[in-house]
Amino acid sequence: MSSVALDAAVLAAKKKVRRHRQLVIVLRIGFGVLLLGSWELLSRTKTIDPFFFGRPSAIAQKIWHWATVGSPDGSLWNDIWITVEEALIGFGLGVAGGVVFGIALGRIRILAEVLGPYIKAANSIPRVVLGSIFIIWLGLGLPSKVALAFVLVFFVVFFNAFQGAREVNEDVIANARILGAKRRDVTTQVVLPSAMTWIIASLHTSFGFALVGAVVGEFIGSIRGLGHLIAFAQGTFDTNGVFAAMFILAVIALGAEFLITALENRLITWRPTRRDDVAL
Amino acid sequence: MASVISEVATRTRTRSEGPPTIELRDVTKRFRTPAGDIYTALRDLAFTVGRGEFLSIVGPTGCGKSTTLALVSGLTPASAGEVLVQGRPVTGIGRDLGYVFQGDVLFPWKSVIGNVSAGLRFRGVSKREAHARAREWIAKVGLAGFEDHYPHQLSGGMRKRTALAQSLITSPEIILMDEPFSALDVQTRTLMEDELLDLWSATSASVVFVTHDLEEAISLSDRVCVLTAGPGTVKGIYKIDLPRPRHVSEIRFEPRFMELYREIWEDLRDEVLVGYERAKTHV
Repeated sequence: MSSVALDAAVLAAKKKVRRHRQLVIVLRIGFGVLLLGSWELLSRTKTIDPFFFGRPSAIAQKIWHWATVGSPDGSLWNDIWITVEEALIGFGLGVAGGVVFGIALGRIRILAEVLGPYIKAANSIPRVVLGSIFIIWLGLGLPSKVALAFVLVFFVVFFNAFQGAREVNEDVIANARILGAKRRDVTTQVVLPSAMTWIIASLHTSFGFALVGAVVGEFIGSIRGLGHLIAFAQGTFDTNGVFAAMFILAVIALGAEFLITALENRLITWRPTRRDDVAL
Repeated sequence: MASVISEVATRTRTRSEGPPTIELRDVTKRFRTPAGDIYTALRDLAFTVGRGEFLSIVGPTGCGKSTTLALVSGLTPASAGEVLVQGRPVTGIGRDLGYVFQGDVLFPWKSVIGNVSAGLRFRGVSKREAHARAREWIAKVGLAGFEDHYPHQLSGGMRKRTALAQSLITSPEIILMDEPFSALDVQTRTLMEDELLDLWSATSASVVFVTHDLEEAISLSDRVCVLTAGPGTVKGIYKIDLPRPRHVSEIRFEPRFMELYREIWEDLRDEVLVGYERAKTHV
């Protein structure tokens, strides 16, 4: 093939890729419009009861109203900040605790053998129920929500860090020891970086859990926050209010997911780049 | 005439006067299998490696070749018998030791320079000095310009070069190699073998080289040690009186090489067959 023909082929291939990408974007938007449009339509024609199912336009209005005029708690921004604050503190503590305990148990065999069954047992408790206990212990304020977010995050990160510490290639450890690494060096410079992929993978799910912890905590007993907003909307049979708070939570979760992915790409530069055939 | 030259060359190369660098005295190694049985990997293994000597160990799969290296390195203790390095019994991981593993054991999260300098860093050398020396070694193994690449960005041959530099940067007196080139394609492998001989000839290090490839063993070594099918013990040790410096790609066509090959293969073949039969019944 001549170089001109080759160039043309490359251009054609690139064009095809671009076309495909455009098509995906158009279809994505189209699907969203179809979904929301039919919801709106069915609700307006009373095919589904707007009282129970709400309506996208009314949800948007609700959010606008909360944002500009104020939420039932006063300020929507304050609600959002409180929930995010609780989730973030719980997330931070949960990740730190999970990593420290996970790596420690992964490295110190006797610790894993002794504590293993207890951790499994603790993990099998439906932890959301602990929310009630935390409210009794810690009151209606921030600490009880942080505690709930913490226990939800801790176990996810712990099990991943533990598994990551256990999965380190034995020969890589042997190599490090031959090269002069002491036990401490092996932990900090071999096991921890090696387990990092596992730990970071767990952050994606665990931030979602932190939000769940904060919201459920607020739901069970609080006077502010998005969870309280949902509880309030539920109490007044305000379907659109529940959906509106849900939407805001989804935006927060997506934003956090974006930040965690950015962090992941920064921390794990050494990993082979994944081929994102299907970007989800 | 050729034999006279070869003899002189071998003598100047094998600086094995004085006590042996490595000595195994009737070493036995038993493992407990996951099922709880006792498995004997090595039985009454005895050999010595002189200072500056290149010894290869060949044998069928599962005869305990890798275990032998683990014993010398101190990664695992012997069940019976004695392992002496520089006249002293091995009690832990030796400080003056390089180990090139069979698999990929580079730290994937470290760049080439991070990997090569790791041994010095673990030994407390400052980052600045460690990196300067690592740069020299990276150039020595032909990877200048790849300092900041991560292992996954390198080819198999380049990763092995990095591993060589990583193991040799501490100038070990003992170099243990566990089928280091078995995963490489034939061309790369021959290049790496020549490079290894080059690097080694500039040192006084003793090498124990484990391989299942008899050709490789003969072309590299001063002596070749044949192990029996597991539990492994010495079946025979052969002196390789081929001249140095050698070119691995050419030496294979020398008549003496073929003679040696035939002689050792006679010994090895029976063991390989035993090992093969055993492997079959295990499946």
